[in-house]
Amino acid sequence: MMNPRPLAGGVSAMAIRRRTLLKGALGAGALAGLAGCGGGDDGGGGGGAVTFGSNWSDEVPKNAIAAMMKGHDAEVSINTVDHNSFQENINNYLQGGPDDVFGWFAGYRMQFFAEQGLVGDISDVWSDIGSGFSEAMKQQATGADGKQYFVPLYYYPWAVFYRKSVWAERGYTPPATMDEFVALSKQMQGDGLVPLSFGDSDGWPAMGTFDYLNLRINGYDFHVELMAGERPWNSQEVKNVFDAWRELLPYHQPDALGRTWQEAAQTLLRKESGMYLIGMFMGQQFPEGPERDDLDFFPFPEIDPAVGADAVEAPIDGFMMAARPRNEEGAKDLLRYLGTAEAEDAYLAVDPNNVAAHDDADTSGYSALQKKSQELVSGAKSISQFLDRDTRPDFASTVMIPSLQAFLRDPDDVDGLTKSIEEQKASIFGG
Amino acid sequence: MADQAVRRPPRRPRRVRTLSGVDVLTVALMVAVPTVVVVGLVWGPALATVLLSFTDWNGIGNLSEINFVGWQNYEDATTNYPPFGPAIRHNVLWLVVFFVGPTLLGVILAVMLDRELRGSRIYQSIFFMPVVLSLALVGFIWQLIYSRDQGLLNEVLGLEGGARIDFFGNPDINLWAVLVAAGWRHTGYIMLLYLAGLKAVDPALREAAAVDGAGEVRTFLRVIWPVMRPVNIVILVITVIESLRAFDIAWVINKGRNGLELISTLVTQNVIGEASRVGFGSALATIMIAISTVFIVIYLIQVMREQK
Repeated sequence: MMNPRPLAGGVSAMAIRRRTLLKGALGAGALAGLAGCGGGDDGGGGGGAVTFGSNWSDEVPKNAIAAMMKGHDAEVSINTVDHNSFQENINNYLQGGPDDVFGWFAGYRMQFFAEQGLVGDISDVWSDIGSGFSEAMKQQATGADGKQYFVPLYYYPWAVFYRKSVWAERGYTPPATMDEFVALSKQMQGDGLVPLSFGDSDGWPAMGTFDYLNLRINGYDFHVELMAGERPWNSQEVKNVFDAWRELLPYHQPDALGRTWQEAAQTLLRKESGMYLIGMFMGQQFPEGPERDDLDFFPFPEIDPAVGADAVEAPIDGFMMAARPRNEEGAKDLLRYLGTAEAEDAYLAVDPNNVAAHDDADTSGYSALQKKSQELVSGAKSISQFLDRDTRPDFASTVMIPSLQAFLRDPDDVDGLTKSIEEQKASIFGG
Repeated sequence: MADQAVRRPPRRPRRVRTLSGVDVLTVALMVAVPTVVVVGLVWGPALATVLLSFTDWNGIGNLSEINFVGWQNYEDATTNYPPFGPAIRHNVLWLVVFFVGPTLLGVILAVMLDRELRGSRIYQSIFFMPVVLSLALVGFIWQLIYSRDQGLLNEVLGLEGGARIDFFGNPDINLWAVLVAAGWRHTGYIMLLYLAGLKAVDPALREAAAVDGAGEVRTFLRVIWPVMRPVNIVILVITVIESLRAFDIAWVINKGRNGLELISTLVTQNVIGEASRVGFGSALATIMIAISTVFIVIYLIQVMREQK
């Protein structure tokens, strides 16, 4: 549910879960643990079709995955699970009998499971497919131990989106620095527009703002270390991020905590706001045709020239292999195929709302927005994965979401807030 | 009399012996199956929850990898987990509001509908409908009503721009907004239960009261209310249970954050999901079990006292 990609299946999945919740879930967790004790080792050789666990459960991505798998020269049996359920049950899934290959996300969220020994090392696959991916992509597919565990499929960058027609009418130009950004915001307010659409009812959209301010003020390396729990949250560096954010809050759409990101997108659509810092999936909220073609974006502006603006937030989705696949040869063959430009082309031909991760993917059918996204990411020195993918998921959901919402409610108590985050971090990362 | 008392004991074993093998099997199954189900699905997990609450288990790995951390999780929950205090307060508030609001309203509606008004069935259906609607739909309906930018309520109140009320986002009022939504469902539920109870009351009682010259109000308070005592207790217990496990609407709106913290949503946030904090979440769940136990004990004492 923390995934920035909106999914319709979420609510109904929640309804099913409601009753089993308190007793069942705990019991199931305990039973899964017990089952783990006697887990047999049925890995190794063996033939049969390769199984693929898919969390691409929405109609369009589901068809895209099917088209993609059809291109493989061996038989692949696809098990599709509702996206949110897949994510929430990933622990039990990986410890039970996972499919040989399954869909997952890059970043710490991948490294975490690699560290627990729940996913398979595919470094040998990478020696075959590696030439097709940029260094930044490879970095995102690599675990803390230097081995590769992940094959990227596509990404969707976060940036500041706007409507070309509104900007042309008012004569706005994309700001390159924070000073220009603030000046533009003031101009928009003078013109009766809300400068920045903002909706944080779900808790995760604000992470994008935090990430970008942090990347621009403290840099990519600091972001990685902070997310990994190696840096204190009550440091001056983090306080600077919140201080900068407070300066920008007057330009944000007010009452953001009660607004979903979709509702915030509507204000941009209705030309009531001038900009919106969000992921590329926001385009889904714009009707196909002239409205969607009217969308454009600019990268989050530079704050400190010494740090620059060459870090881009672009969550990557892709594939991983089970720790002990039933058909290891077949699984690796499949991953080799999935890491080719042809496979990604087959996917994006059906679902063109993303940008292919492969360097040689066919870009001739790309929309202007896709092309621009590709340029943005391929020109980036480093790619971050979004706060909830770059840190422990439990820390992101139980500490960071409430804390960022607390900041938006009461932006003045940064000292108390960062101290509280640091204390909670210690209790989660501490062990 | 004394003679019979003496004679009785030898009779008993003879009766047991008359049970055939099939009977014994049937009885054994009837006792064993529910016991296994209750122990396996209720007591086992509950006990496991309490045990896990003293560990730092993250849901991954064998039982051998579980470390016992003593009261650490409870200490963390009460000292450095900001949502914990609000969650407890919100659950208590929920309980109080449910008693004085929807429960009372449901009872009153039931009493009114019991008087064979014209179109009584239509009213029943209308009030009961929220109970049968799916959770997803209920969440969606209230989103349409409460939304700050596009909501019905703000439009009807004629508020514009900055004056619009942020029903879901303002932590001072969103709990009340949710209580209205949850109460909307609870009222119908209580109404139906109470109505069923009222229908079962022997009409002769009312007639007798009427013959004795008692008015409507007096009949209800002195005759119907005491007869309805078992139903009243059921409704009391249901209201307590519903308040303690209040969850769904708050979860649908914002996953129980920012003013909508409830113990149940905190447990879910911590336990469900990737890399879950099973130990910490279990500690929260154990606190919930402890609070529920207080109510259960009060209820049992009440019931036992009555039987004496």
